[in-house]
Amino acid sequence: MSTGWSLYVIVLIVANVVGCAWLLFANRSVRIDPRQKGESTGHDFDGIEELNNPLPAWWTWLFIATIVFSIGYFVLYPGFGSYPGVLGWTSANQHEAEVARMAEKTGPLFSRFYGTPIAELVSNEQAVGMGSRIFANNCSTCHGSDARGGPGFPNLTDDDWLYGGAPDTIVQTITGGRNGMMPPFAPVLGGDENVKDVIEYVLSLSGREHDAARAERGAAQFAAICSACHQADGRGNPMMGAPNLTDDVWLHGGRRSDIERAMHQGIMSQMPAHAEILSKEKIHLVATYVYSLSHGGGAGAR
Amino acid sequence: MNHDIVEKNIGIMLGLVIAVISLGGLAEIVPLYWQDAVVEPVPGLRPLTALELEGRDIYIREGCVGCHSQMIRPLQAETERYGHYSVAGESVYDHPFLFGSKRTGPDLARVGKRYSDEWHRAHLVNPRDVVPESNMPGFPWLADNTLDGADTAAKMEVLRTLGVPYTDADIAGAQAAVAGKTEMASVIAFLQQLGTHLGKGAR
Repeated sequence: MSTGWSLYVIVLIVANVVGCAWLLFANRSVRIDPRQKGESTGHDFDGIEELNNPLPAWWTWLFIATIVFSIGYFVLYPGFGSYPGVLGWTSANQHEAEVARMAEKTGPLFSRFYGTPIAELVSNEQAVGMGSRIFANNCSTCHGSDARGGPGFPNLTDDDWLYGGAPDTIVQTITGGRNGMMPPFAPVLGGDENVKDVIEYVLSLSGREHDAARAERGAAQFAAICSACHQADGRGNPMMGAPNLTDDVWLHGGRRSDIERAMHQGIMSQMPAHAEILSKEKIHLVATYVYSLSHGGGAGAR
Repeated sequence: MNHDIVEKNIGIMLGLVIAVISLGGLAEIVPLYWQDAVVEPVPGLRPLTALELEGRDIYIREGCVGCHSQMIRPLQAETERYGHYSVAGESVYDHPFLFGSKRTGPDLARVGKRYSDEWHRAHLVNPRDVVPESNMPGFPWLADNTLDGADTAAKMEVLRTLGVPYTDADIAGAQAAVAGKTEMASVIAFLQQLGTHLGKGAR
């Protein structure tokens, strides 16, 4: 706050406090004898008369107390212009103190698991349980409360991974997030017929019912274009999150129309980064829970 | 002092009452209009893009602010859940403010980048598809309605007179940036930038 505005506020405060004190002082009247009747204000109706009695003593003292309180408050807390107050209180440092107090209290609860590798920690029921609660609060909105995902949101219980399921990879996925991107390839393939051929080939990869003649034509297109990410054998590439097309997992739907839509519109998938939302210790625990879902069986059961 | 004078002259009393009750505002509100912490944007703050601006107007139209606040208070439990508390410099380009005062749903001040676009799409059409216990209404028509952007440039002109630093190029390109997009796309664009401008170091 600039000096000018600081002075402006100080002047208002002083005028206000002094004004209150003056008002009280100017209107004081001390009654010696409590039985003595105050003078009449001249308001009289049906014999009921309004008297000009002095303020009750308790009320006067309360008023004085509020004036003293306000002076004490301005000494201790910020408010008197830019004067920060003797205590140096701000809402920001009160918040920091609260956070520090909570970190001190809960920090050890999370950090005691941090030193244990995830592959080992999956057999610790308590760690997995804590991870499951962090999951419920932060991850279940997309991956579901049972971690089985949904259309567009990966199932985490099936040990099928887009980016790899090693403990460190899971931690990396949670911390930094992921961006999956398949561009619309229909224009590159040139024409609906070619797209249909490739779809039939893709279906053949997982041994599903398909048109063999079309699939054969599609295979060449797949090798020329799609294999850059999905690999020549269609097993995908975890380095770029390209899914395995030879299994029975269809994240974005496995009907012909779903695959066609992916070819025409492309697919954009994001896993948001959680580095700024969850501490390292909490990510370690939630990664343990996620890892436990496909390794170690019942430890993750709630 | 004879308080008769004040009590028997209603005009004087009225004047004095107004003087007394305005003191608080004069001391606490008036200086804020000139205080840097309140009127200076935080580093990294940018005005809403044309598409985000349309999304903001749909956010207002659909009454989102009635159930979702955009104001994280400096309390441990809130910053634990939502992220860094809101600071005044983040809202200097907001006309009107969408702070809200009721949280039937969660605070959205830092919802940007917290969920994927696809999640928002599913959630806005039918919230229960992704959050089974949600009581938020669905907004399926957002996916069907397209924007023509006819008024976008005019809205940006008005905001510029209120101090939002839109460039001539921003305004000239506004309609093209919006036309043909769905309302859904604009709302998601608006949501995905919320609270993402505060310096990374501070979060």
